[in-house]
Amino acid sequence: MQIFEAIRLALQTIWANKMKTAFSVIGVFIGVTFLIAVVSIVEGMNNYMTDRFAGTLLGVNTFHLRRFPNFQTGEVTEEMWRSWVRRPRISYEDAAAVSAAISVPNVSAWESANRTTLEYRGKLARDIEVIAATERWFDIRNMPISAGRAFSAQEVRAGTPVIVLGWELTERLFEGRDALGKEVKIQGIPYRVIGIVEKQGNLFGISLDKFAVTTAFAPAKRFVNPPGVVDALMLKANSLGELQVAMAEAEAVMRTRRHLRPTEDNNFAIETADAVLDFWAGINRILMIALPGLVAISLVVGAIVIMNIMLMSVAERTREIGIRKSLGARRRDILSQFLVESATIATVGAAVGVGTGLAGAALVNAVTPLPAAVAPWSIVAGVALGAGVGIVAGIYPASRAARLDPITAIRHET
Amino acid sequence: MTQTALIIRVRGLTRDYDMGAERVHALRGVDLDIPRNEYVAIMGPSGSGKSTLMNLIGCLDTPTAGQYWLNATEVSRMSDDELARVRNREIGFVFQTFNLLPRASALHNVELPLIYAGVSARARRRRAAHALDRVGLADRAHHRPNELSGGQRQRVAIARALVNDPSILLADEPTGNLDSATSGEIMTVFNALHGQGQTIIMVTHEQDIAAHAHRVVTLHDGRVHSDTARHAA
Repeated sequence: MQIFEAIRLALQTIWANKMKTAFSVIGVFIGVTFLIAVVSIVEGMNNYMTDRFAGTLLGVNTFHLRRFPNFQTGEVTEEMWRSWVRRPRISYEDAAAVSAAISVPNVSAWESANRTTLEYRGKLARDIEVIAATERWFDIRNMPISAGRAFSAQEVRAGTPVIVLGWELTERLFEGRDALGKEVKIQGIPYRVIGIVEKQGNLFGISLDKFAVTTAFAPAKRFVNPPGVVDALMLKANSLGELQVAMAEAEAVMRTRRHLRPTEDNNFAIETADAVLDFWAGINRILMIALPGLVAISLVVGAIVIMNIMLMSVAERTREIGIRKSLGARRRDILSQFLVESATIATVGAAVGVGTGLAGAALVNAVTPLPAAVAPWSIVAGVALGAGVGIVAGIYPASRAARLDPITAIRHET
Repeated sequence: MTQTALIIRVRGLTRDYDMGAERVHALRGVDLDIPRNEYVAIMGPSGSGKSTLMNLIGCLDTPTAGQYWLNATEVSRMSDDELARVRNREIGFVFQTFNLLPRASALHNVELPLIYAGVSARARRRRAAHALDRVGLADRAHHRPNELSGGQRQRVAIARALVNDPSILLADEPTGNLDSATSGEIMTVFNALHGQGQTIIMVTHEQDIAAHAHRVVTLHDGRVHSDTARHAA
């Protein structure tokens, strides 16, 4: 009997026993729903951590030289904090010396930031992160310009008051009208809008589009940082290996400039996405170990339930098996009939579970700040696991059915 | 008559059953030859071994000893799956209790042997419809067994038995569950089939049913007791 025929037969049997099927697949259903939903949430976090966090906030193959770390995965004690704020700031000379000392190909930018208010014709946008940066900042932060342009090296050197706005500011100040060429005011000083950064979206309910970038030596610099100081030197290498070389060189230059003895700790921070990603990878690993365990438990329960239902089904249909055998069904025909039936039942349950899991992930995405993203492999895994559970659970009942003696089976009273 | 013209050739067929400690000798050495296009009734009291012989001829069971050639092929030593194939190709069963699949339509019931023969879906449907037509049930193809009368059910079973063009039609008390009018109807179908050249072997304990056959083999205590031709066929 062809597999197609067997599946059609199985679907007919399932349709004829809707309630029984529904109960028998509940374990597989729950297991697969859980698998899809949890994997989606973990995957969403993963995407955020690797793309958004590592890619945008810190940058790929990028280190930040700062007074103290911006992202800290462990607890910051009172004492740590006090020692951090006593550290000297990163001066223009520090940043320039480090940039000059790096031997591997790289792109670097300076960045200083503070929160302030932007104004356009009486309309105010408060609590906006205003960043004073050099021209390569957009490349390192991976912030594409969707309209207009970024500022040039000449504009940076000249301290030209031009500004590139985050997407949300164009909504807030210009209500979607063309912002290019208009002048926004920061602390009374006008800046000409020359570009808009592509929309970045939300994360954990926080907008990533509430910022404005101006040139590093623009007038705004004054209220961002004390004179001659930057928040961070960002330096991007081409590969992880080159990044490590660059970091070692940067550390050596800074230690020399700060006159640190070998026993003294760094009084500056060289920060990469690694620490944060390591921290996340740890959580991820725990989840990815715990998840298969939880899914496995429900699938084992599901398999046992399906096996019992199939044994009942074989007992109920002993006579049918006898009839089929008398008409020429071989052992493997009967075996495959029941295996396919069991696999089909489980796959139907798994498919419903996939649907529910996807709906759950979409719901999580919509009503919570967690960024759930469906992993295609989890759908494949869910359906494959369902079918696999069905086959495993069906082996024993199906082989019992296949071994039935046709004469006894056909005389069986039901 | 040459041996190949014999559809069934049985020599010394013995079948013992172990019933706990006791050994039951259901057949004690049966010899039987059935040529093509014969219409044979097998009779005998309960426990005479006629059902056992029927199962062996139908390749549902294998003998303890002795030999059985079906169409000049020895089937008495075949494996389960080989026997299944023989049942599928060579034998059409008609049972007392009809043994139709209750949830399947008449047409699908008739299609079953073709499914196991690996016939394509379209050819299957055509052949099954034709077989139903032969037994006069073309208009009942999509009815389920519980929507059919006893006589109609048995005719569906006959259509199913014939759909693969088997060498033998093997009927086990085919009228046992039917009233006499319907029994007569089924016997008319059998007579017609025999007239078309179908070899029929029928187990029955009813004299008037056996009277339709052209040869009656009587079993007693697991042995052939008598073997008589009724008509000059």
